[in-house]
Amino acid sequence: MTDFLVLITVSIVIAATPMLFAAVGELVAERSGVLNLGVEGMMLIGAVVGFGVTMSTGSAILGIGSAALAGAALALVFAVLVLTLMANQVATGLALTIFGIGLSALIGAGFVGMPIAGLPKLDIPVLSTLPIIGPLLFQYDAMVYLSIALTVAVGWFLKYTHAGMVLRAVGESAESAHSIGHPVIGVRYLATMFGGAMAGLGGAFLSLSVTPMWAENMTSGRGWIALALVVFGSWRPGRVLLGAYIFGGVTILQLHAQGSGSTVGLPSQVFTMLPYLATIAVLTIISAGPWRGRFQAPACLGQSFRPSV
Amino acid sequence: MSLKFEARREIPRWLVYGTPLLAIALTILSGYLLFMILGLNPGSTLYIFLVSPLETQFGLAELAVKGGPLILIATGLAIGFRANVWNIGAEGQLTMGAIFGAGVALAFWGDEGVWILPLMFVAGALGGMLWAAIPAFLKTKFEVSEILTSLMLTYVAALVLSILVHGPWRDPDGFNFPQSRLFTEAAILPVILEGTRLHVGALVALFAAAAAWVLLTYTVTGFQIKVVGQAPMAARFAGFSQKGTVWFSLLLAGALAGIAGMVEVAGPIGQLTPQLTPGYGFTAIIVAFLGRLNPIGIVLAGIVMAISYIGGENAQVYAQLPQAATGVFQGMLLFYLLASDFLVRYRIRIQSAKPRREVATA
Repeated sequence: MTDFLVLITVSIVIAATPMLFAAVGELVAERSGVLNLGVEGMMLIGAVVGFGVTMSTGSAILGIGSAALAGAALALVFAVLVLTLMANQVATGLALTIFGIGLSALIGAGFVGMPIAGLPKLDIPVLSTLPIIGPLLFQYDAMVYLSIALTVAVGWFLKYTHAGMVLRAVGESAESAHSIGHPVIGVRYLATMFGGAMAGLGGAFLSLSVTPMWAENMTSGRGWIALALVVFGSWRPGRVLLGAYIFGGVTILQLHAQGSGSTVGLPSQVFTMLPYLATIAVLTIISAGPWRGRFQAPACLGQSFRPSV
Repeated sequence: MSLKFEARREIPRWLVYGTPLLAIALTILSGYLLFMILGLNPGSTLYIFLVSPLETQFGLAELAVKGGPLILIATGLAIGFRANVWNIGAEGQLTMGAIFGAGVALAFWGDEGVWILPLMFVAGALGGMLWAAIPAFLKTKFEVSEILTSLMLTYVAALVLSILVHGPWRDPDGFNFPQSRLFTEAAILPVILEGTRLHVGALVALFAAAAAWVLLTYTVTGFQIKVVGQAPMAARFAGFSQKGTVWFSLLLAGALAGIAGMVEVAGPIGQLTPQLTPGYGFTAIIVAFLGRLNPIGIVLAGIVMAISYIGGENAQVYAQLPQAATGVFQGMLLFYLLASDFLVRYRIRIQSAKPRREVATA
């Protein structure tokens, strides 16, 4: 029984990690006032680049790094359009997703069905061999720890550093931040590209660790769920982490329910719907409950800014 | 020398309608480079993509077959986009419309009667409206973003379709393939042009675009939509209902997407299959913007996007290019279009740092 619970917990953490990466990245972009709906596209590009580079060089580190760069590069395209050319953020984000889906499929056409060795699991002397605690905490691959470390780092950055405060100011009131001399557009460029890099990492984790392979559209909506997680986590990294693990739980529950679904007599698709229905339910609860006032989006989210002088 | 951007006081009309052409030209240029990078002959590949769809009567008829649903959906979406209602789940509304329409076709399978097709149209519209009503309800009641809910419902609709074609609606004589029975004669849209797949759906799309144009140009509702989108504060003072606009634009978009789905199953497909369209619901978003959210522009834009679909299919056959290349083109087109909007809103002035005379002698 304990073994089973450990197994479930481990699979939840792994299922949650791609969404955690992407959601924490999007959180930073949104806190600076930029709404990037292209997360799904950037994750797919990260997934295909991570897979391709790892396969051709044999180095997972190079693969992961390239995935982050590719995600950031796509975010840069988005940033030029919405920050410099002041295009509509919603429409541009959608364009980024459509473009990312197409480009990743084009790049990855030759990778379909190719095998790859997954990321190596961590093997710490003593700790990893402990009963229960070992498999529960110390036997993931390095990217799982990286995702948690980056979440903590983002939380610390936003709350305790001067740069983090500037970033929040830019998102809350671009006009005031600009008038006291902060580079609004520059900050937003960096935040958007950080978001892209994180989405790229999330995609790479998907194609290198969760399911070590490449398939067209393999994110199947995880990028969009990551966007919902930012709302669910009310733009705070700790809550986004919690939300990602809850959604990881829903994903795993869905897989296990499918396995035993035949006994209940329900078609497996009913369970596949769960994460999507859960997203709608969660968004509704967040917006409808008595706590609604406390979950405010950054005041300038989605608005273009053009310095008046 | 430096560049200076000035906001235009008045926006010249030729720029509004000229920039989509510029975006198309830039997309073609980028396609040329992309094909070179991929090691293809750029000239002949572009020819397959852009010209080959127009060379045969069959190809021209296909333009209308593929453009029809795009125009239908985009017309509905454009009205929502004008009012700042971001319904991006048209693909799901299309799927539901197809399911409802197919439900009628299968319920009266083998029956004859001129009323079957009209009933399918109504059912298709209702299916799409039902699916669009969910984000509309959540948005107006709880202020839940329609962007995420409408998109999530797209995945749910695809799964509902999958349940039906794998289970209760599967063709009993279909060797276990996940698809419904072929519809009988009375549930199939009549073909207009002998020897092609051109069916009545294309006319329905043109009619919808014309009706939307009248709605936007001549009615109070159309005016209300524009005001709610462009000046929400003024709309509130004028007593225009924000919630009413959300309901109206989502239900209308849902109905049109639902009809598009029904037209697909009763037209070119002729049965319910697990994969109904190559993503018309998403491409229609690009069509709406390329057409400048204007029904007449949308008809032209729908034809342009239909070319990209047929060209993509041809390129798959003749140049072994993956289907996904179409998506790259479509995404790029929207990028360029959004970027070129900057030219519409701002005038670019080149200022030289030095006085003019020195520049001339230099």
